[in-house]
Amino acid sequence: MSLIHEIAFLLNGSPIRVSVPVTMTVLEMLRGPLNMTGTKLGCGEGECGACSVLVDGQSMNSCILLAVECDGREITSIEGLAADPGTAGLRRAFVDAGAVQCGFCTPGMVIQGKYLLDAEAGGDRAAISRGLEGNLCRCTGYQKVIDAIEQAIVSKAGAGDD
Amino acid sequence: MSRNRHTGQAEPTGSVRAYHTPDSVTAATALLADGQAAVIAGGTDLVLQCRAAPSSWQPVLVSIRRIDALYGVREDEGWLWLGPLTTVNELLLDPLVARHAPVLCRAADCFASSQVRNAATVGGNLCNASPAGDLLVPLILLDAQVELCCFDDGVARVRSLPVEQFLIGPGRTSRQPNELLTAVRVPLAEDTRVFAFEKFGTRPALDIATVSVGLSAVRTGDRLTQVRVALGAVAPTALRAREVEAVLENRKLDDETIASAASAALEEINPIDDVRASSWYRKELIHNLLLRVLRNVADS
Repeated sequence: MSLIHEIAFLLNGSPIRVSVPVTMTVLEMLRGPLNMTGTKLGCGEGECGACSVLVDGQSMNSCILLAVECDGREITSIEGLAADPGTAGLRRAFVDAGAVQCGFCTPGMVIQGKYLLDAEAGGDRAAISRGLEGNLCRCTGYQKVIDAIEQAIVSKAGAGDD
Repeated sequence: MSRNRHTGQAEPTGSVRAYHTPDSVTAATALLADGQAAVIAGGTDLVLQCRAAPSSWQPVLVSIRRIDALYGVREDEGWLWLGPLTTVNELLLDPLVARHAPVLCRAADCFASSQVRNAATVGGNLCNASPAGDLLVPLILLDAQVELCCFDDGVARVRSLPVEQFLIGPGRTSRQPNELLTAVRVPLAEDTRVFAFEKFGTRPALDIATVSVGLSAVRTGDRLTQVRVALGAVAPTALRAREVEAVLENRKLDDETIASAASAALEEINPIDDVRASSWYRKELIHNLLLRVLRNVADS
């Protein structure tokens, strides 16, 4: 059994303190002791993006990120975006575009969409498509996901002009 | 304890007995002194490997992310200094890297996915020493050096060596278990160099390179001088192709030279058969990618 280590971090804006095995991933911590099951286990190898979370605003694969390495940092999971007013436009855009089929990849797609929105990587479809390279959808739903993120970026830019 | 997602059975995890988060190079190297520790940076290779084979966890895990001295990109007395904790995404976006080492930006742009680029570091890519490591070909082209530091009898010792010598085999480097990689340095070139980097995989993103090819040289009229050619995923380490360089050096870059250079590469490589490609196919790829790279340089 691996060593247990106590860590403190911000989870979706709230401070939290938890003791975890050193070898536990952020994904296991979220879905296990923290009982937040919005973040999905897909490949478990950093290939599919279903487990994406934001760490200090940077999207990462939580399946290959150790929980202890997040001590002192800020983790945002899909549950955090559900309650975030700043993500309302992106959530709305996913619904309007019908960018969901089976839904398994959707939490990771929304997290990555939020990252692209905040990174201001540019709203063109090519940039969005490249930004989604690390998110696999097995229902082949990419076009509508790209539509949704493009719409959210356009809406955000429009709001900024006011 | 993790559960196998297919069987639901508990799987044994490795036994990590100590986890440290030193905040200085001195403290980190002291922890590495007995050679029993694994260093974790971005973790994108280490965590993946240890989860696939839990017995590969070292008993001591040393996280280096609190060491401020390992971050940053700057110009430093004729060198471009890269902190080993510079992420691949930071390399991709950094204006100094774009100015002094554009081939490194190009390779960073071919690296895995956005999520992996945000975590993976240049130091980690070096120390993991995959024959297919995406940053290794450009770092070899750039004559980059690594700086290694250890703590020996109360004295800190620092040594530097070229990346080409640092890489000694698949997953093997000349870093001793008590050494910490403390810097990656790229000499600032005096001449304007042309460069090219091509990575071949079956999809643009998230693919481990089947092969990669890089070239850097000074162009004088229709000739290339100070030619560097490096190849990835065709030998136990990423390597410099000195025969190819010799064919190209200060020779008119015409069809004949290009064909000779591409053929010369086949004598220098020793690719394996694996899940990504056969040895035969890798040789075909190297030959044809070199032709493409050299023709592009000749036509540009």
